[in-house]
Amino acid sequence: MELITATIGNSRSGTGALTEPRWVRLVLISGALLFLGVFLILPLIVVFTEALKKGVEVYIESVREPDAAAAIRLTLIAAVIAVPLNLIFGVAAAWAIAKFQFPGKSFLITLIDLPFSVSPVISGLIFVLLFGLQGWLGPWLSEHDIKIIFAVPGIVLATIFVTFPFVARELIPLMQSQGSEEEEAARTLGAGGWQTLWRVTLPNVKWGLLYGVILCNARAMGEFGAVSVVSGHIRGYTNTIPLHAEILYNEYNSTAAFAMASLLTILTLVTIALKAFIDWKSQIEVRQVPEQALAEA
Amino acid sequence: MIRTFRQHSILPGFGPAMGFTVFYLSLIVLIPLGAAFLKTVSMGWGQFWETVTGARALASYRLSIGASLIAASINSVLGLLTAWVLVRYKFPGKRIIDALVDLPFALPTAVAGITLTAMFAGNGWVGSWLEPLGIKVAFTWLGVVVALTFIGLPFVVRTVQPVLQELDPEIEEAAATLGANRWQSLRRVVFPELLPALLTGFALAFARAVGEYGSVIFISGNMPMQTEITPLLIVTKLAQYDYTGATALAVAMLMMSFVLLLFINMLQWWSRSRYA
Repeated sequence: MELITATIGNSRSGTGALTEPRWVRLVLISGALLFLGVFLILPLIVVFTEALKKGVEVYIESVREPDAAAAIRLTLIAAVIAVPLNLIFGVAAAWAIAKFQFPGKSFLITLIDLPFSVSPVISGLIFVLLFGLQGWLGPWLSEHDIKIIFAVPGIVLATIFVTFPFVARELIPLMQSQGSEEEEAARTLGAGGWQTLWRVTLPNVKWGLLYGVILCNARAMGEFGAVSVVSGHIRGYTNTIPLHAEILYNEYNSTAAFAMASLLTILTLVTIALKAFIDWKSQIEVRQVPEQALAEA
Repeated sequence: MIRTFRQHSILPGFGPAMGFTVFYLSLIVLIPLGAAFLKTVSMGWGQFWETVTGARALASYRLSIGASLIAASINSVLGLLTAWVLVRYKFPGKRIIDALVDLPFALPTAVAGITLTAMFAGNGWVGSWLEPLGIKVAFTWLGVVVALTFIGLPFVVRTVQPVLQELDPEIEEAAATLGANRWQSLRRVVFPELLPALLTGFALAFARAVGEYGSVIFISGNMPMQTEITPLLIVTKLAQYDYTGATALAVAMLMMSFVLLLFINMLQWWSRSRYA
């Protein structure tokens, strides 16, 4: 095996027909790095320089100021409600879709993906049409003194909508590719339904599940368009971190706006690092299986 | 009923899992979206048509669709380059760069918006280089293209990358053995294999760009008829309590995304049937 890879490696670098000349490679690499440098790395540097422009003290102050603290609290509330609900949904949907055969399956998957293909603005709009004062349920809600639009419930609903497919979308293909032999074996050996789910299925998909959850969480905390439509931008009450950043930015308080933005950027960097870690971890697990099989043979 | 609806399996829980899936899907997605469509039905065809073909609406489609097409094209070329460099070449910092490609997926759009504006404004890090050359990016349509290029960046890279990784080196070796030079085997052998993934990435980036709001509104300047994207026009109408107008535009956009979604699914089906 090693011999084969070594030969391929040689032929790759040895003959010009299988790779590009050195100068072409250098030009291509520099081109890609210039593009990625301007669009990925420079923005990261800009966020933190702008946020710390007036020193660390101003930065800490703008994060701890009461309206900012309220925005952070609301962002956390929305994520804490939306992520677990969509997690439960994702597991249920993946169980039904991946472990059973029924007609209309691919149509159901398309429907689950719908929130991804809808503009965030429209995601907010549909809840205004349902619950807003001119909406279908608006008159009834205002009679009973229930506020959904321009209040916290609307923000939570819009957040649930835009993060709806994340977990399901990670789990469905993963569970489909794993098949159901292991679950069937567990059942034959006398395990109950819940036991099979907890002890067999979920451990098998743990990395995909975690991946779906962190992406869902990142989007839940960072959503702007949908939440902006339903929020009404009431300072200290219906502002999430991104909305608060927008208000500060429009008031020409750029340092405070970037301080808010830097919190979300840190969240993003943690998300990306976790994702890279999960990729690495699951690749190791995939690689271990054939190696064990080879060793046994 | 359930027993005849699905094929027999010894695994339990189909009923509750399917029931909950359909219930939650209807509650969160289908009923709210359906209500938006019903709202349009109640306004009548004449009024709907007048709203979605108004001068300001048409100008906003032109900008939204035009800028999205340009951004998706830029992403196709540079995304293909990025995927190629990441899969085929070695260079320092490659793993970090690879991980960072996902940044536009995970970075909140409002953060992207204010950051790109700060970078490309006349006194910004990039803008101050471009301004002397007579190129104004922030608060023009070019700014919209820049924002949409940023948010669409991962799509082409992440659809092309796995296909390129799976590509059997033997087919390039075969082409070389049969006398093809490097350029010929790239153009005739490698590129056709990547084409379905490239088109899928293009369509995904385009679909995302058309509906994008957060990253664009800061950098575009939002001048009606000039730098106003369709999602912003919807928000403007909502702020003026013109619910029917906003809904009409939303339904027009939804129908367009639906056509796009169908197109993307067909592309994926096409590429799968090619490799099956």
